[in-house]
Parts: sequence; C-alpha cells; structure tokens
Amino acid sequence: MATQHSRSAARLMMAPAVILLLGWMLVPLVMTLWFSFRRYLPLRGGDQGFVWFENYARFVTSSSFWPSVLTTLTIVGGVLVITVALGVLLSMLLDQPMWGQGVVRILVIAPFFVMPTVSALVWKNMFMDPVNGLFAHLWRAFGADPIVWLSDLPTFSIILIVSWQWLPFATLILLTAIQSLDSEQLEAAEMDGAPPLKRFWFIILPHLSRAITIVILIQTIFLLSIFAEIFVTTGGAFGTRTLTYLIYQRVLESQNVGLGSAGGVYAIILANIVALFLMRIVGKNLDS
Amino acid sequence: MARAVTPRRKAINTALAWTVGILIFFPILWTILTSFKTEAEAIASPPSFLFFDWTLENYGVVQERSNYMRFLWNSVIIAGGSTLLGVLIAVPAAWSMAFVPSKRTKDILLWMLSTKMLPAVGVLYPIYLLFIRLGLLDTRIGLVIVLMLINLPIIVWMLYTYFKEIPGEILEAARMDGASLRSEILYVLTPMAVPGIASTILLNFILAWNEAFWTLNLTAAGAAPLTAFIASYSSPEGLFYAKLSAASTMAIAPILILGWFSQKQLVRGLTFGAVK
Amino acid sequence: MGRITLDKVTKSFGEVEVIPPLDLTIEDGEFTVFVGPSGCGKSTLLRLIAGLEDVTSGEIRIDGNDATNIPPAKRGLAMVFQSYALYPHMSVRKNIAFPLRMAQMDQAEIDRRVDGAAAVLNLTDYLDRRPGQLSGGQRQRVAIGRAIVREPAAFLFDEPLSNLDAALRVGMRLEISELHKRLETTMIYVTHDQVEAMTMADKIVVLRAGNIEQVGSPLDLYRSPRNLFVAGFIGSPKMNLISGGEAEKHGAATIGVRPEHISISESGGIWSGTVGVSEHLGSDTFFHIHETGLAETLTVRADGEIGFRHGDRVSLTPRDDVIHRFDAEGLRI
Repeated sequence: MATQHSRSAARLMMAPAVILLLGWMLVPLVMTLWFSFRRYLPLRGGDQGFVWFENYARFVTSSSFWPSVLTTLTIVGGVLVITVALGVLLSMLLDQPMWGQGVVRILVIAPFFVMPTVSALVWKNMFMDPVNGLFAHLWRAFGADPIVWLSDLPTFSIILIVSWQWLPFATLILLTAIQSLDSEQLEAAEMDGAPPLKRFWFIILPHLSRAITIVILIQTIFLLSIFAEIFVTTGGAFGTRTLTYLIYQRVLESQNVGLGSAGGVYAIILANIVALFLMRIVGKNLDS
Repeated sequence: MARAVTPRRKAINTALAWTVGILIFFPILWTILTSFKTEAEAIASPPSFLFFDWTLENYGVVQERSNYMRFLWNSVIIAGGSTLLGVLIAVPAAWSMAFVPSKRTKDILLWMLSTKMLPAVGVLYPIYLLFIRLGLLDTRIGLVIVLMLINLPIIVWMLYTYFKEIPGEILEAARMDGASLRSEILYVLTPMAVPGIASTILLNFILAWNEAFWTLNLTAAGAAPLTAFIASYSSPEGLFYAKLSAASTMAIAPILILGWFSQKQLVRGLTFGAVK
Repeated sequence: MGRITLDKVTKSFGEVEVIPPLDLTIEDGEFTVFVGPSGCGKSTLLRLIAGLEDVTSGEIRIDGNDATNIPPAKRGLAMVFQSYALYPHMSVRKNIAFPLRMAQMDQAEIDRRVDGAAAVLNLTDYLDRRPGQLSGGQRQRVAIGRAIVREPAAFLFDEPLSNLDAALRVGMRLEISELHKRLETTMIYVTHDQVEAMTMADKIVVLRAGNIEQVGSPLDLYRSPRNLFVAGFIGSPKMNLISGGEAEKHGAATIGVRPEHISISESGGIWSGTVGVSEHLGSDTFFHIHETGLAETLTVRADGEIGFRHGDRVSLTPRDDVIHRFDAEGLRI
C-alpha cells in the first residue's frame, strides 16, 4: 500500500520507540537473569559468584513461598469474581433509561482515578480503623464489637479495597460492550418468547463474554503486581504477602538480590502466561 | 430505536442507580467532607455527616507542614514530562504503523504491548542499581524516563488506533496535492489527529500521576510526587484524619476532574482497542 | 500537455502479480476510462500512474519524461478519490487552496484561482463551510475543485461517483464531461460501471485480471468486441450468448446477439419461446424469454408499447447483420 520512499521513512520514524522499548525490556531482564544465578547480598559481602539454580530452588522451598502464592491467587481471584459479577449487574443497570445517567456514571467511575496510596490510606484509616473508622462506628451503633479489619480479616480487607478501585474499570468496559449490543437482537428474542432471565442468559451474557475475558485478562495483569495497597495497609504482615510483595521484600528490605531476582523471573514467567492469552485476543482484533 | 419505558420503571431504575452510585462514590465523598472538619470532629462518635463547623484550616496546615506544593510540583513534572516525551516519541511510530503497515507491524505492536506486561517487581533491582550508577535515584528526570517507558506502549497503541481511523486516502490526496512528508504530517495528519492525541495525553497523564510502584521505590525526599507524599501519612505519628483527608483531596481532585473528561478514552486506552 | 505512456509496466504484491506486463498510451487531452469488474487491477493501474504505488518493473512516461521514480507530489497530476478525501478540518476554501499553498504560490494568485474554480463548480456560497456540512454532490465538486486549481497535466478519477445516489450520479457525469470539453486536459477515469464508461469516454480500456482485454472508442467496443468478455461486459442489458447448434449454423462456437437486435412478434420469427419476467421502463420493455432451446434465457428489448404477458408464446427474429461470432477460444471471428 505504499512506495519504497515512504517505507524507509516509516522505518526511521519507528526506530526511537522500538529501540527504547527494546532497551527497557532487555537490559533489566538480562540483569535480573544474571543476578538470579548469583549469590548477591549487597550489604553482606556483595557479589559472591555463581550459584546457578540455587536461588530458584531456595525461593520455592522457602516457607513464605507457597503462602504468598496462595495469597496472590486469593486476592486476584477474589477481586476478579467481585468486579466481574458486580460489573455485569452494574453495567446492565447503567444501561437502563434513567434520570441523571451521566452523573451516576461519573460517580461510579470516580474510584478508578483515585491514586492507589490514597485509596489504601482512606480505607485503612477512615473506614477500617477499629476505633475511629466509620465501620467501627457502624458496628457499635448496632451494638456489635468493631472488627479489627486489617489484622482479623486482612486478605478480605485488601480484596475489598482493590475491588473498589477496579469495579469502575470492569463496569465501564462491560457498559461499552452492552451498548454495542444490537437492540433488535433483544427484540427478536422477545418476539420469540424469551423471558428476561433467558434473554440475559442466551443473548446478553454471550455478547459480553469477549469483554469479560478482556476484563479478566487485563485486570489479572495489573492485579498480579498490586503493590501500594499492601505497602500502605499491612506492609505484608498478617498473611497478605503476595508474590510481588515477597520479591520486593527480598530485594529491597532484606537485600538478597540473587534470591529476589530468581523470584522476579518466576513472576515474569507467570505474567507472560496470562499475557499470552491477552495478546491472542488483541491480535485477532487487529486482523479484523 | 430504544423503546419508551414506563415512568415507574424509570423511577425505580433511577433510585437504584443513584443509590449504588452514591455508595461507590461514598469513600471519596467522605474524604472530602472530613477534610473540612476539625480533628476532633473527624473522629467524633457518632460521626456527623454535614452539620459540623466547616473549616479550611487543614488545607493550610498540610501545605505549611509538609510543603505540599513541592510534591504537587513533582507530580506535575513527572506525569506531564513523561506523557509529553512519550507522545513525541510515539507519534512518528504510530504514524508509520498506521499508514505504512508492513507484515511485521502487527508483531511489533503486540511486542510493544507485551513489554507493558512485564511485572515491575521482576526488574526492580536492575533499575534500582542502574539509577544509583547513573545518579538518577530520587531525581525527577529519572522518574520521567521510567514512567515514559512504562506508558509508551499504551501511548503508541492508543495513537495507532486513532490514526487508523483517519482514512489513508486523505493522506494520499495530500501527497497528490504536492505536500512533502513534513507538510503531510504537519498540516493534514496532526490537525485531524488532535482529538486522539489529546485523549492519549489525558489518559496517560492520569496513569502516570497515579503510578505507585516506581514512584515509591525510586524516590526519597527530593523527587517524591504526591503518591509518595500520601504514603508517608501511613506512619502512625503522621496520622490525623482531617489533615490526611485534606492532603488526599488535594492529591486526587485534579485527576478526578481530568478523569471525568477521559472516561470514553479510558476504555479504548486500557483494552488496547479490543473493546470499542 | 498530458501524454502518458506505460511501457511494459508490471506490479506485484509479494508473490502475486496483479499487473502483468502492460503497454498503454494515453494521448494528450483524451478522456480515457479504465473499466472492468472489481479486482481487475484498474485502481492499481491508476495508483501506479499517480505514483501512490511503485511499479515493479517497466516505465511510466509523462509527456515523454521518465516519471517512474518521481514522487506523486512532483508528477503534476491531480487525483479525485472515491471517498473524496477532503481535509475535514479545513474550510472548502482551504481545501481547494491546499495544493496551491503546497506549491508556495502567492496569496493573491491562490485567491484568484480558488474563486475561479468555485464559480465554475457552483461552490461560491459554500467556501467558508467545512466538508462535513456539505452534501455528497457538493463534496464531490470540492474534490474536483481541488484538482482543477492546480492546472495539472492530467486528472485521475478513482470511481468518483460510486458514493453518490443514482440521480446525482447522472448529473455529475454530465458535469465531468463538460469540464473535460472545456479544459481539454487529459483525464483518466476508473469505474466498474460500463454505463459511465460508454457515456463519458473517448477511449475505453477494458481490464480483466490486470490484462487489457480491449482498447477502443465506446462504439468500437459496442460494435466489435474482441472477445466474449468484452462482449458480455459492454452493453446493457447484456448481450445474449448462444452456443451449440445455432452457433454452428453461423460457423462459430458461440454467437452473440444484443437484446436490441432481436425483434419480438406473435409469430413468423425464426426462434420461439415463452415470456417470463418483463421489465417495463416506459420507453422500452425488456422481455426475458425462456424455453427457446438456445440458452436458458434470452433478453429482448422491445418498444415500450408492446404488451406480451407472462406465459405467452412468442416468436423472435435476430438481425442478421449484427450477429457477433466467436471461436472456441472466445475470440471474435
């Protein structure tokens, strides 16, 4: 679709972006791989040579590894279930005719724009604080003992906070998808005698399946690396240490770079598995 | 054609939707309200909702004690700088991929996206080390570069989907009309792409403003933006509800306003064009 | 001046050869139409001439000068696109002025030429509007205006009327023809519509799969199509093609008779059949005749007043002097 002249110009103009991203990807990746094979303790003797796969073995056999995997899966899974289920309901509600639709939309979307440190702090102190938090006031008003959210239900609390942040994203995407549903399809189904629940199950949900898949994949990638929410609320205590947080602690807190890097490689592999599925959907979309 | 619904049905929808909407918005609303209370009222039991002595005192205190403006300025420079730099690099790249596609264009686009999927924590130490060696730790320029790089794939991708919507025939017409490549981009493509470029800038500014991994781990006192400033309140001695609320309100208010403008672009930008 | 010569031009996209070696000369001032079914390579050929695509091999000369490797901007050609390709962010005036601005002409001259073109094209009242506020026909005129202000060596039209509705299409067809008569500039016009080709062209180039099937004036092509493809493509309704015994009587593998060259009567003709669908246009009626034993359907054009009904047995008489004969390879005998 173009001439030789424009093709070479195009290559030239693409170069900066490609070279920068290539460097951004390769340089740290190679360094992480290199460190992961070495015993490297910057504060305790520095680089002490190759240990090859010892770090990999130690990372998975350490007592914190499996709990962190479980925590990661619980948080990611919990947030996904909550945001997708509520997102579907909410997007269908928002698609209905009503007064002040635009304002409601804005209210619902707002949490997505709140920076993670702010939302974590606000939830931690103003809602979940066992003495002065709003939940504590609420519990006391009903004569119940306030829950010490972040130490008694730490994982659930974090799921709650993160779900609040990501529900707008799921809702917005699902709403966009619902609005692209041809209303004649629903009318045809109605003419064919399908009651509302069946219309939801056989028409709306299949139409949304693609959008739901995309929501799940994109959220998974972001949720696997949530950091600030844990950093601010529990600091990884009370069994809220996710894989990401564990690696962070190994690298920056206990300064065991070799071990942390091996963990980093695991995290990269995990993220790539999810990314592969996402890429396939996005790639297919590019062709059409 | 959407069918008309009965007023009763519409009233129920409205009530339900507003209830849910206010519930979801409530934490933000509560933060804003608390920021206007005194510290005593902020922790009063039972809490008062609207009937308290409104005060602006907290905003003054936050600014005085923590030099809020410096953090704000850091956020503006880091988010704005990384976005503008990213757009400057991405516009030519997206132009090439949209208008002079080759067999490899799709692969390059997908590869760029895949770099976005790289978990930050996996490369935390190398970047940390490089930053120390290059003297970039706790500098604004360092964060501008890192945030530009992590958002570059999204910027390229968004611009690409916007450029794709500009019919190639118009650019060919410009070529036939005697426009050089430079005039073609300057006088024809750019004006047509302004809405798309604006939305791209908006969304990426928001993403960079809220970024809370690299900004927390690569800054100390000097270049810390608002994310890090707020995080510093999590230590118990710094905790005063009303002041925390005031600081939070100031940190999120500008982005909430920008965000409401960009809600449509949000879907496109964050799903890489897979949902329109 | 605008004499365009293609010398053994080829074009391949990867492995696929869309234009096999092709020679063609378009004389100065000629209105040439490239016509053919979709995918025949006519648009590609136009884009090669425009310089929007590189030729794979061969040479393109404009007024005798080799233009093969000259970028489109410098070939001195103007093009009108199917989608009009107007700049949506510029007013009509700016759109028309754009090529002149690119040529760094001085403002007074730009204004003079734009006003002139607008007057010719009835656009004077719309000069300050944006393309989005115009109707399809007006946009088309703006696109033409943008082309004529440059006073190019030749105009290239890529299916310019296909986005217009039928009534407007007829009007624009006349306007473009008139424009050609007045400017006397070379025009190359691509279309898949043989009616446009017949009504506008000085010279028609019929293309199929990148090959030139025939070059000639509209009447040449109508009177003596070189092969079955051209015979079937030119003329509306289509020529009736009959093979088998009836063709052998004329010493051919296939014979072709145009619907307007068959007369219909109640009896006394040499062929017979049953009336199927009849299409009444008022001035003419097209009868589709079945059960003739010659071909599945024969189409016959008759005077609008003749009234046969569905199912009537009728008698047909072809005009002997205009029967087209083709050999087994489909070539004209």
